[in-house]
Amino acid sequence: MTQIIPTIRWKDLGTPARVSEREVTLEIDGMSVTVAEGSSVLRAAAEAGISIPKLCATDSLEAFGSCRLCVVEIEGRKGYPASCTTPVLEGMVVNTQSNKLADLRRGVMELYISDHPLDCLTCSANGNCELQDMAGVVGLREVRYGYDGENHLKAEKDTSNPYFTFDPAKCIVCSRCVRACEETQGTFALTIDGRGFASMVSASQNESFMDSECVSCGACVQACPTATLMEKSVIEKGQAEHAVVTTCAYCGVGCSFRAEMKGNEVVRMVPNKDGHANHGHSCVKGRFAFGYATHKDRITKPMIRHSIRDAWQEVSWEQAIGHAASEFKRIQAQHGRDSVGGITSSRCTNEETYLVQKLVRAAFGNNNVDTCARVCHSPTGYGLKATLGESSGTQTFDSVMKADVIVVIGANPTDGHPVFASSMKRRLRQGAKLIVVDPRSIDLVRSAHVQADHHLKLRPGTNVAVVNAMAHTIVTEGLANDAFVAERCDIKAFAKWKAFIAEARNSPETLEAITGVPAAEMRAAARLYATGGNAAIYYGLGVTEHSQGSTMVIGIANLAMLTGNIGREGVGVNPLRGQNNVQGACDMGSFPHELPGYRHVSDAATRELFGKTWGVTIDSEPGLRIPNMLDAALDGSFRGIYIQGEDIAQSDPDTQHVTAALEAMECVVVQDLFLNETAKFAHVFLPGSSFLEKSGTFTNAERRISPVRKVMPALGGKEDWEVTVMLSEALGYPMAYKHPSEIMDEIARLTPTFKGVSFDKLDRLGSIQWPCNDEAPEGTSTMHVGEFVRGKGLFVITEYVPTAERTSRKYPLILTTGRILSQYNVGAQTRRTENSLWHSEDRVEIHPSDAELRGIKDGDWAGIRSRAGETVLRALITERVQPGVVYTTFHFPESGANVITTDNSDWATNCPEFKVTAVQVEPVTQPSEWQKRFHDFSNQQLGLLEHREPAKA
Amino acid sequence: MNAGHIEYALYRILAYCNQPSANEFTATARHPAQTIGGRNMSPHQSDLVDRAIADNIALDGAALPILHAIQDRIGHVPAAAVPKIAHALNLSRAEVHGVISFYHHFRTEPRGRHLLQVCRAEACQAMGGERLAKQVTDQLGIEFHHTTPDGAVTLEAVYCLGNCACAPAMLLDGEPHGRLDAATVEALLAEARA
Repeated sequence: MTQIIPTIRWKDLGTPARVSEREVTLEIDGMSVTVAEGSSVLRAAAEAGISIPKLCATDSLEAFGSCRLCVVEIEGRKGYPASCTTPVLEGMVVNTQSNKLADLRRGVMELYISDHPLDCLTCSANGNCELQDMAGVVGLREVRYGYDGENHLKAEKDTSNPYFTFDPAKCIVCSRCVRACEETQGTFALTIDGRGFASMVSASQNESFMDSECVSCGACVQACPTATLMEKSVIEKGQAEHAVVTTCAYCGVGCSFRAEMKGNEVVRMVPNKDGHANHGHSCVKGRFAFGYATHKDRITKPMIRHSIRDAWQEVSWEQAIGHAASEFKRIQAQHGRDSVGGITSSRCTNEETYLVQKLVRAAFGNNNVDTCARVCHSPTGYGLKATLGESSGTQTFDSVMKADVIVVIGANPTDGHPVFASSMKRRLRQGAKLIVVDPRSIDLVRSAHVQADHHLKLRPGTNVAVVNAMAHTIVTEGLANDAFVAERCDIKAFAKWKAFIAEARNSPETLEAITGVPAAEMRAAARLYATGGNAAIYYGLGVTEHSQGSTMVIGIANLAMLTGNIGREGVGVNPLRGQNNVQGACDMGSFPHELPGYRHVSDAATRELFGKTWGVTIDSEPGLRIPNMLDAALDGSFRGIYIQGEDIAQSDPDTQHVTAALEAMECVVVQDLFLNETAKFAHVFLPGSSFLEKSGTFTNAERRISPVRKVMPALGGKEDWEVTVMLSEALGYPMAYKHPSEIMDEIARLTPTFKGVSFDKLDRLGSIQWPCNDEAPEGTSTMHVGEFVRGKGLFVITEYVPTAERTSRKYPLILTTGRILSQYNVGAQTRRTENSLWHSEDRVEIHPSDAELRGIKDGDWAGIRSRAGETVLRALITERVQPGVVYTTFHFPESGANVITTDNSDWATNCPEFKVTAVQVEPVTQPSEWQKRFHDFSNQQLGLLEHREPAKA
Repeated sequence: MNAGHIEYALYRILAYCNQPSANEFTATARHPAQTIGGRNMSPHQSDLVDRAIADNIALDGAALPILHAIQDRIGHVPAAAVPKIAHALNLSRAEVHGVISFYHHFRTEPRGRHLLQVCRAEACQAMGGERLAKQVTDQLGIEFHHTTPDGAVTLEAVYCLGNCACAPAMLLDGEPHGRLDAATVEALLAEARA
């Protein structure tokens, strides 16, 4: 089922497509050609199959007209216009070939080649070089100028970026890289230095790429027609011989990539031009940081041990699975059916996640299954289901290109969802307005060509007050879309909500003291959202990871309904999902109270449907959530757990509580690529398979199901779904799947929103946005068109309740957490790549005034103490954070960011309150007690791994 | 091949005309505002840059007026001024660098105590300007766009001072000198280096 494509070049039509209702017919080389108005002559010719030579033009960038290779003759016009910058006109007659044009083109190539090394045979672009191709096309036979004139051949190569090199000696100064950095990525890190013969590409102020503003997205490398910008992996290994289209396993954007291969080895990952989520763009993680998949730390043999103080013993798959199964059976026999459970992963495929929850429900016979979405987007599921009727974002990513007002709440897209951020920034450059609601000055607040119209710099924990103040403004100033509300929403609930929100206590003036946002700014932002045209809200974990996370999601949905900003393109409520398959893991029934498709376990009909197909009786009571499992472990009623691809010892709040619970369990089974923090507490280790080693599907933040295709054999010999099948069978519940496509077929049979999904259809369409059913056989791009999924949209009252986590004299600062571009989540993958060159440690950001007060200087060790624990990080003094707030990332386990976070959580879903922890920060000279213990324990565990006993032959 | 580059520079300059004026000025981002590649500005220079930005930021197309103001007040545009200009104009450092490097008028290194601008355009060439230019480079021992090792004179080429009637011509510290001959030039240079 793996679709192998030979590494033929992308078809490049020269200039971007134009969308127009009007068509234009012209004649090119005697052929009649009809194209959209606004298209270039170059593109019209390419669409008709006529190639005009070109170098500076490529269809991902606007025409530039600098290389003069694409010149043509147009009847009735003087001279030789560049076809890339000449728009088509009705009745135009174009000649692309003549003796004169051939002379001109050869002359241009001659000039290029007179200042270009003649090392084609040993060049890394050999076989995939546009300059080489064009020299062939124009028939270049000699360079009359010789090669001894002034040239750039001695220019120094920049190898500072770990993933690609910049060799100015090979540069033809076509500016494709500069334009890609601007148009595609939106960073503007490159420019042309100087002019005339001295023109050269410069990163920032003539710096090395590493020191410059470059974010290493790879767009310039992709755009370069020569070997000037080239992946180091290609320099090392040569050009690939085949490629497979697959889906990135990092964030929730879910970019489509072509894995370019030599046999079983990935040469490079190239963003797929046909990818529906990314349209040929990528970020530093997906494009370059795949080396972890073959890192030496990968554990490829199953291991067991009796106690976490014992050395590991390598065993066969059968022995490991047999041991795990017998332990689970023993525990259930001794302590009851509910004494074991499982955790699915948002990093794994839909099919694997589905199988783990099926194993828990059918083989364990309980509902004790949960997923890492618990600690990120569970409030999204709850809040959007309650108000709109479906637990998902409402739009496509492309919808942002039709938004007039963009609201970003508690999300940092340029770091967390970089490829989507690039589209967003493009739309902002086209003139869309921007409102940022964030305690921190993220890049979107102000960076090159981006300027937020309103930055509501709220105090952490006061989201609901902000959303209420905005709604209050809209309601009391008469800016609501009454017609939309009357037609689409539950009027009774609306009337109640309206009375509530109109109360003076919800006014921006009253709430200013709580939120810290000036009332005038708040009102202006609310007016802009309500009256600025299509308004779209994008939000992240800054919304959900609060004690009122679900309330805030509801508040956002209320706002969208109130202004009619839902149910068409350019608007909507868009959760930006952290991990590649958070949406999918939630869809697949990973929560203890829901079967696949968000159907509650208390619903007899759904239980009957699944029970009959699976041949078991499904428990009607919801099972334990992760925090409940941990509590139950400490009180002795929960003793065994099967964890697939998740690292709760690093990612979940109050680390010391998590590790104590893990230590209390009798059988911890971890299936992962690496001996992660959780695996250090495990008794059975089952080698996981990376996204390159298995087949399945991921579902991104826009409900888009995309294929993951196996490009190399699983290092441990088994794909993750096969391991779950084995475990289930050993537990006495056989599952008969021969391929993940059969798992998807079962999901489609049992889940109405997935009814029309199959691997065959995914191969045909590339990707599918659910719901995909009889009414929408090719999927659904925009949700809630005409009618909400729940029928009438429901306004729910959102009373602001301050979190119990408050500052005091002892803990005067608020700590909030986030992530950074180069690292990903717990860092298990990115820390094992060169991405660490950008971010090699987590640091605590502190405002200069708070730092000065404490005598902390930039780079000093700072102790951060909360009611839960203490850790030590180096300080980064910056005005990005406001006084009274400190900030850190959690990509390194030894940072212990979650040693400090508390067990406070969302009232509805238990999503931890990662974003608000009262802390004190003080200068210190040594690591915290926890860090010392962590260090010792971690070293001990790595020792036990190193001295593992090999499997007996 | 250069048409595109010139077009591009023009496009950028036009783009600046549409820049909204900055309404907030907070220190930013990945590069500390005052240090780039270890090249620092003195606090006084930093103040001058801030003032040059503040004086011109409200103009349409403020980039060039800001750069002129900085060069007029400091003598050159220090690399460390670029992040400040970029932030104020909502541009990247690369873009500002691109503009500075496009115009030969802008210097990025401190100039000498005296600035000698020799016209090398057609009218002066016709009147022996090239011979004069050679005399200047020989006598100073430097090429155009360089400064003498003693820091006395920075030599620049300009293309027409609008003083063709008095060709060959040059400017010394902004003062025009015309109908030059070898002796006058020698005397002027000697005075400048004294």
